[in-house]
Amino acid sequence: MGWFNRFRKGITTETKDKKEIKEGLWFKCPKCKNVVSIQEHNENYNVCECGYHEKISAKMYMDIIFDEEEKIIELNPKLRSADPLKFVDTKKYSDRLKATQEKTGLNDAISTFHGKVDKQDLVVAAMNFEFIGGSMGAVVGEKISRAIDYCIDKKVPLMIISKSGGARMMEAAYSLMQMTKTSAKLTQLADAKIPYISFLTDPTTGGVTASYAMLGDINISEPGALIAFAGPRVVKETIGKDLPEGFQTSEFVLEHGFLDYIVPRKELHDKLSLTLKMFNN
Amino acid sequence: MVLLDFEEPVGKLLNQLEKIKEVEKDSEVDVSKTVEDIEKKIEEKRKEISKSLTPWQRVQLSRHPDRPYTLEYIKAITKDTFIELHGDRTVKDDKAMVGGFGDIDGQTVMLIGQQKGINTKMRQYRNFGMANPEGYRKALRLMKLAEKFDKPIITLIDTPGAFPGIEAEERGQGEAIARNLFEMVKLKVPVICIIIGEGASGGALGIGVGDKVLMMENTWYSVISPESCSSILWRSWEHKEEAAAALKLTSSDMKKNKLIDGVIKEPLGGAHIDKEKAFASVKTHIKKYLKELSGFSGQERIDNRITKFSEMGEFVED
Ligand SMILES: [Zn+2]
Repeated sequence: MGWFNRFRKGITTETKDKKEIKEGLWFKCPKCKNVVSIQEHNENYNVCECGYHEKISAKMYMDIIFDEEEKIIELNPKLRSADPLKFVDTKKYSDRLKATQEKTGLNDAISTFHGKVDKQDLVVAAMNFEFIGGSMGAVVGEKISRAIDYCIDKKVPLMIISKSGGARMMEAAYSLMQMTKTSAKLTQLADAKIPYISFLTDPTTGGVTASYAMLGDINISEPGALIAFAGPRVVKETIGKDLPEGFQTSEFVLEHGFLDYIVPRKELHDKLSLTLKMFNN
Repeated sequence: MVLLDFEEPVGKLLNQLEKIKEVEKDSEVDVSKTVEDIEKKIEEKRKEISKSLTPWQRVQLSRHPDRPYTLEYIKAITKDTFIELHGDRTVKDDKAMVGGFGDIDGQTVMLIGQQKGINTKMRQYRNFGMANPEGYRKALRLMKLAEKFDKPIITLIDTPGAFPGIEAEERGQGEAIARNLFEMVKLKVPVICIIIGEGASGGALGIGVGDKVLMMENTWYSVISPESCSSILWRSWEHKEEAAAALKLTSSDMKKNKLIDGVIKEPLGGAHIDKEKAFASVKTHIKKYLKELSGFSGQERIDNRITKFSEMGEFVED
């Protein structure tokens, strides 16, 4: 596939390679304003020493999670949106899709893979936030559905990495019905007694939260992720007051009983592997 | 009667009618012919308006202040046999979500729906028909109760959305709706869902997973309200008419796109013009579909439900 950064190999990168960083490639943490080189930032899994977890792509998560690049299979990579409503707002949806596909090299807001975590099979459906805010349209629903069928057929656990602003408005009610579609398919996965781990990453909001993201056998997250049904802006407008400190962070959601654990990105691989072992053994 | 802007021509005729009836009261003049003429004109005008209703006008009709709300439908359909049941058994009783047993011509059913308030005070009490997580959990509790005793479930949907408040987020609004979707798919008893007013997004869907999902003619159902859609995609509140059209949120568009199973026709001018007729029509549909659904086993209904919702969504693969 060739897109792997190999974070985990990156940790052992020798110092001589570090010197090859081009000038100007720096990461400035939006939380603590600390500045480090991009390479150092990468080697730290794009996590600042203050604990700030920068958003990373689906493929970077695959790099963290799976054993060997060569053995990862991407499932149903060619599904694309059909724009059934011929939706037009300030732009045509079809143009928006085309431009986003060209810019990101992705076909839609989710990619699904089958790989191994310490030799244990796992199917991962990972949302692509850079594709129209990771919004859920018919392709997201269909790829999750097919991933579930695949998991049932091959008896492989499923993990969905949510990272989404919610519904894809340009697919209107089709988008809404993906909530039901994915939930309906998850009942089949549950009947087959196949584990489903829901990994809610920054941000997970709207219709994604109100469907598959909250339906894991276990729900897990990263530090500081925004997890909400109604986003903070909407809540603030509704109640006309400032929101409490830490509202709708993963820590807040854990405290209120909707998450099983929060795992720092650096520990994700090992904790996930151990979790899978609990189901498998 | 409250008249919407596009109903003005009807309003003029209604005024004329009222004046003439007053004349009749005060004098001995026979005005029956004139009254008949005006009534005919009103009907023609209503027909004309209803033929050319825009999606935005349908949205306005779905929110018409005189439109019947859930409890009014329930009382009429169950002939006052409704026993309201309260509470989610965890946190509280959500006044924006009502439910309970009722009798429909000898068949006990569980009726559940969002309830809007009929005046300023009641609108507050009902939280404008916007349920908190407790509301969805109360609905699920009642659905499970119905399932246990093999009673069909009817949900009546009318909400501007699930409530976006601090407590709602703390108590897991997203989880509550998600859980309902998951559990409703697996209900062994027949489930009929009817949009009687506003079908706004996840808040509507949270009680909207059924063997038959029907929309009344002048209602809307979509992922977002036209106003919010306008503010997000057009970055202004001014494009709600365009947004309403683009979202394809009317009953006829939803049926055409195979996202609902049927449309219940409303009396000319809307459900509020002739409530009894609207109630009767909803009842007829409920009875028809209950009969049809009783021909399947619980497992068959579940399988059909999963198949139906799994087929929703258009995409291409090359
Ligand atoms: Zn920092």
